[in-house]
Amino acid sequence: MTRQMTGAKMVVQALKDQGVDTVFGYPGGAVLPIYDEIFQQNGIRHFLVRHEQGAVHAAEGYARATGKPGVVLVTSGPGATNAVTGLTDALMDSIPIVVLTGQVPTFMIGSDAFQEADTVGITRPCTKHNWLVKDTDKLSGVIHEAFHVATSGRPGPVLVDIPKDVQFASGTYTEKAKAPVSHYQPQVKGDMETITQLVEAIERAERPVFYTGGGVINSGPAASQLLRELVEATGFPITSTLMGLGCYPASGKNWLGMLGMHGLYEANLAMHDCDLMINIGARFDDRITGRIDAFSPKSKKAHVDIDPSSINKVIRVDYPIIGDVAHVLEDILKVWKSRGRKVNREGLSKWWSRIDEWRKVDCLKYKPSAKTIKPQHALDRLEALTKGRDRYICTEVGQHQMWAAQYLGFEDPNRWMTSGGLGTMGYGTPASIGVQVAHPDALVINVAGEASWLMNMQEMGTAVQYRLPVKQFILNNERLGMVRQWQELLHGERYSHSWSEALPDFVKLAEAFGCKGILCKDPADLDDAIMEMLDYDGPVIFDCLVEKHENCFPMIPSGEPHNKMLLGEASTKDAIGSKGAVMV
Amino acid sequence: MSALKIKKGSTKHSAYNLRPTFSDVQETHTLAVLVDNEAGVLARVIGLFSGRGYNIESLTVAEVDHQGHLSRITIVTTGTPQVIEQIKAQLGRIVPVHEVHDLTVEGSSVERELALIKVEGSGDKRVEALRLADIFRAHVVDSTLDSFVFQITGTSEKVDAFADLMRPLGLVEIARTGVAALSRGA
Repeated sequence: MTRQMTGAKMVVQALKDQGVDTVFGYPGGAVLPIYDEIFQQNGIRHFLVRHEQGAVHAAEGYARATGKPGVVLVTSGPGATNAVTGLTDALMDSIPIVVLTGQVPTFMIGSDAFQEADTVGITRPCTKHNWLVKDTDKLSGVIHEAFHVATSGRPGPVLVDIPKDVQFASGTYTEKAKAPVSHYQPQVKGDMETITQLVEAIERAERPVFYTGGGVINSGPAASQLLRELVEATGFPITSTLMGLGCYPASGKNWLGMLGMHGLYEANLAMHDCDLMINIGARFDDRITGRIDAFSPKSKKAHVDIDPSSINKVIRVDYPIIGDVAHVLEDILKVWKSRGRKVNREGLSKWWSRIDEWRKVDCLKYKPSAKTIKPQHALDRLEALTKGRDRYICTEVGQHQMWAAQYLGFEDPNRWMTSGGLGTMGYGTPASIGVQVAHPDALVINVAGEASWLMNMQEMGTAVQYRLPVKQFILNNERLGMVRQWQELLHGERYSHSWSEALPDFVKLAEAFGCKGILCKDPADLDDAIMEMLDYDGPVIFDCLVEKHENCFPMIPSGEPHNKMLLGEASTKDAIGSKGAVMV
Repeated sequence: MSALKIKKGSTKHSAYNLRPTFSDVQETHTLAVLVDNEAGVLARVIGLFSGRGYNIESLTVAEVDHQGHLSRITIVTTGTPQVIEQIKAQLGRIVPVHEVHDLTVEGSSVERELALIKVEGSGDKRVEALRLADIFRAHVVDSTLDSFVFQITGTSEKVDAFADLMRPLGLVEIARTGVAALSRGA
């Protein structure tokens, strides 16, 4: 049976076929027919954001908290261009997003029509793939293909640009099951020969370390489960990138903490001194490697990645394995078990005693203060008072983000949403809304800095409208803290434009939005204030005034290897050479 | 796909063809890329090269399979072995790309380029141009009393050599197609 319907109806039908029940969007002239169809049905809930960038970040938060693709619907021209930052963010962090944009009618394309933009041209480099659909008969097939591309292989954002006349015209609807099989079918099974070589290396290794990343989370809950099994069974230490937090529990005995520029001392030294590095779903990002030619000089390296272009892009590896993390981990476990579950016990126990020495450095210690709230202390208390709850954490970008990664513990995957690759200030508020939509009863906290938070604060209107009780935990130092830190370390303490002299009163701002505002500036009041935030049934803006000049440590200065970490204020003088200064 | 006579190569396992270390030597490679013949596909390929800072020495593109809607893009590029591997992997990641073949490493191949070269002149220079064209097996495809348009096919080096010879003899304009390449044998 072929079904005839309008393009606009097809969009809604195809979304339902794909199991979509949530869309984040903002209407406009070129998507009115689709909005009219949304109005006339109940299966898909539409959340009206306040800015298209917010729609994409909300969809990212939704996708990361559920493992399902996030869906965005925006209009042509400015609707599409406002989505570009979100698309780039999703591309860098490999988050599956399907963005549907309206476009001027086909006969007006190229005429500089009102709200016309070359959307597929503009978004080509910031999507995994995009389509301009000029024929209603092809629309449903393209949408099905879009979901396939967004979620297969290394996930990412896709965009379908739909001219208004294509939405009005009638055509034949293609069901999901009958859509043509896409030629895009990335390899998921790893090469068994290389896997066997890696298992042999695992059996011999004296100083191994698992270096895991967002690929483990993206591969699904099974991947985290298999990883935990492998880590427990081998007894190897494990660290993770910012993106991979939660794939192994922070309370696990083999957990070294996050690695990288602001990673833990023990994690970075283990990476530097290991003899076998097993990279699972991470990509040797520059925040991780530091100076390339001094990166983990003594190790053999394995790299499991579903994207062939990630392998040997930055660091040459000895055991390249192209495949999905869960599939490869399953094979590694199978081969390792069948060969008798061997590890180098003697080497491992020596390795652990060295790691325990590094742990004693206690790199996250900070000077407590009875007068001002230290940002680390605020997060320590937030962790203590929310531990064990059904909790999801989002962040903005900057010092607070690194402190959140250091001081909060993540026990499960999909509970930590942060802009890693692109480093998008303004990510956290809309992302927290997306997470809360996906998990209405959970505790969703956006750990923010005041500067980042102001970038997409309009989304509090969305939170209030849909009664989404997101908690905006703002560590307010009245500074662009990370910029300030770099200016201190690198630019002779010349604080060029890194503070704001006109911050809003966040409590009044909360009241203006119709939610609750809490101000806290005394360490003695902190616990009560946090509890007040947690107990309030509705969105909260928590203005936590913290120490203004706190720096984020540990820190590997740009252009330095892992073993040249700065641990605190005393070690920072002239720490960054002129070569490092040119790097970001 | 077999109708296109593209030899199955090591593309699928390109990441396994590791060299002992990252080398600084610049190599020139000819890549054949089979893509869906759809709007914007060339922009995706070119955008990849410009966005990631890779070189394009020559680029040709045309539909080669009308029924299958497939086009073949031939790219001549230079880079270190690591960069060449990256280029291939990045090309393979583009959704409408079906196959990426590195003709430089997948056995021997033939490469040809066509050029149209306009030469103006009279007297001895005109005679000399015609004589050299004969040596290079270039054809005269247009002629007036004081000009020729030569058509020459061959490797890029041959076209370069012919153009260099024509320059003092009155070369006024040159149009080149860029390199087309196929692997040798069945």
